[in-house]
Amino acid sequence: MYRYDEFDAAIVKERAEQFRGQVERRLKGEITEDQFKPLRLMNGVYLQLHAYMLRIAIPYGTLRADQMRTFAHIARKYDKGYGHWTTRQNIQFNWVALKDIPDVLDELAGVEMHAIQTSGNCIRNTTSDQFAGATAEEIADPRPWCEIIRQWSTFHPEFSFLPRKFKIAVTAAEHDRAAIRVHDIGLHMRKNAEGETGFEVIVGGGQGRTPHVGVTIRDFVGEDQLLDYLEAVMRVYNRFGRRDNKYKARIKILVNETGADEFAKLVEAEFEAQKDAEKIVLPQAEIDRISAYFAAPDFETLPEASSAFEEAKAKDAAFARWARVNTRAHKQAGYSIVTISCKPIGAPPGDVSHKQMEVTADLAEKFSFEEIRITHEQNMVLPHVKLDDLYEVYQTLEAAGLATANYELISDIICCPGLDYCNLANARSIPVAQELQNTFADIERQDDIGELKIKISGCINACGHHHVGHIGILGVDRKGEEFYQITFGGRSDEKAAIGQIAGPGLRAEDVPPALERVIEKYREVRSEPSERFIDALERLGHDPFKEALYAAD
Amino acid sequence: MPLIKKGEIVAAPQGEVNTLDSFLEIAAADPKDAIMVRLMPDDDPLKLEPYLDQLEVVEISFPRYADGRGYSQAQLLRRRLGFKGEIRAVGDVLRDQLLFMLRSGFDAFEIEKSDAAEAFAAASQEYSQFYQPAADGEVGVFARRHS
Repeated sequence: MYRYDEFDAAIVKERAEQFRGQVERRLKGEITEDQFKPLRLMNGVYLQLHAYMLRIAIPYGTLRADQMRTFAHIARKYDKGYGHWTTRQNIQFNWVALKDIPDVLDELAGVEMHAIQTSGNCIRNTTSDQFAGATAEEIADPRPWCEIIRQWSTFHPEFSFLPRKFKIAVTAAEHDRAAIRVHDIGLHMRKNAEGETGFEVIVGGGQGRTPHVGVTIRDFVGEDQLLDYLEAVMRVYNRFGRRDNKYKARIKILVNETGADEFAKLVEAEFEAQKDAEKIVLPQAEIDRISAYFAAPDFETLPEASSAFEEAKAKDAAFARWARVNTRAHKQAGYSIVTISCKPIGAPPGDVSHKQMEVTADLAEKFSFEEIRITHEQNMVLPHVKLDDLYEVYQTLEAAGLATANYELISDIICCPGLDYCNLANARSIPVAQELQNTFADIERQDDIGELKIKISGCINACGHHHVGHIGILGVDRKGEEFYQITFGGRSDEKAAIGQIAGPGLRAEDVPPALERVIEKYREVRSEPSERFIDALERLGHDPFKEALYAAD
Repeated sequence: MPLIKKGEIVAAPQGEVNTLDSFLEIAAADPKDAIMVRLMPDDDPLKLEPYLDQLEVVEISFPRYADGRGYSQAQLLRRRLGFKGEIRAVGDVLRDQLLFMLRSGFDAFEIEKSDAAEAFAAASQEYSQFYQPAADGEVGVFARRHS
């Protein structure tokens, strides 16, 4: 994992000091809330319904055990004992007092962390595949490039007052777990005909009020030109992106209104016009330096199979199910990638207690080379666990309430904070998620249904990614009453698509029975148990499922 | 309005500041008179290329601090066109934007109150390291690590 050198450390320390000064000016009344707003928003501090919320960056979702322990400490000392994983692989604390935030930033700086650019109209935390560096599917580890992008975009003098926020995601695997096609810029690492590594550049994806799937504007940009090419995209967006209407200010609107081909031409022209003096010097030695931090850990040479693992599965059926559902193949023989579900039945999706953070840190230290990942689907990952150790890991997780066997199943729901916490929300979302989890609580039934991604947003800003849920749920307010619009067929993987609205909205209490009917229809019509809901939807069209959804009327 | 240059309050600017359109007309008639221009956020700074030698001041207007187009205009003037004259930020110019402006090539700042000079000077010192190369001549940390 990346470690700060004196340059990185100085920037983060100076940021903490700068923000301390800004908070002092606010607390002394030297600046008004209106004047303070842009300053705090540059630093991940939002004013929510009940309190200030602090959002801390977890660059590309990669975390060390000591950093997780610092989160646990912050949760205990400054919050109510909880933290919340976000869909940008970050963490939010919902109850931190403004006067304490400078101290929190100092504590974070002590473990090489910060809240820089977790809000505001700037380049946000770059996200990536949570299995990066562990999966055999990728052509390279995307994280060195995420780190390079993090450094390049931090306090960028030209791109800190963009028309709107800006999100970049990078993957190097064919199966896209990073949702790169619904990002402002998605980068897919590719090899060209000469065998060199570079990036396919996808621009203009996004969710919110007007969802779009991104379009490829360049099949291949070499590593040495990536930052210059990104600068060209950013400059075109900064100069020509709409600023007259906040809801039309994302790059997806510019790409759509300009036309993808024309937009690509503007970027190419800007890229071509760059003079040598404008180019970013990124020496190969620097790429190598950063890449070295992401070298594979010291794996043991192990056989493909583990007899300890096989024996444990044979005697403990619950463990066998958890292992089947929550672990994925590792590139190294004898190892496994473990997803720790933060979606226990009936609890807010993505919430973890300080105790659970400590347990996860312990496990990472003991069994996963100190590494933890946070996923955009609001779970945690231990990326490098020996098959031999899986049973002990499972038992420890089980005791901490972290062994829910539902990764990618119907109760593994992405959900925004909704009306319970958020200023923008029109409707509650967490209670809807909880009701659905209760409805489908039976883990065997979930297992039988198979992969099914439900995503819930409490307003059209779509923080809960409902547009790309296999089943999406959007809360809307109609004359003071909450209604929920259902969409089918969204997905955020390599076949990214925006879900289509099924019909009229449902009352909150009608959502679980309606979805039960949809699921029963799916089980009835699937060609075989391995045909996923999303595949059945593609094969049969939406009509049979729409009929089932409204069959009660 | 007071003007800050190199950390000090200097005399208010003299002379007429033209919009880009009228500047281009004046310059076409007699280039000697083409010495000051004010760019609005949607103006194209590349149109100034033929007149850079006699241009003394380019004012870049920030109607709202959140409108960041002026940063691109300044970067284009300094780095693409090599403009050596003054680039002055006018409008909604706040202390907390100062460092971004300095790095993008601005070297003069019109501010509301003269007592803000000290705060502006402090703001320019808040960081010692920068990742990106920029119009202020900074080579950036990527290169600095290997120099």
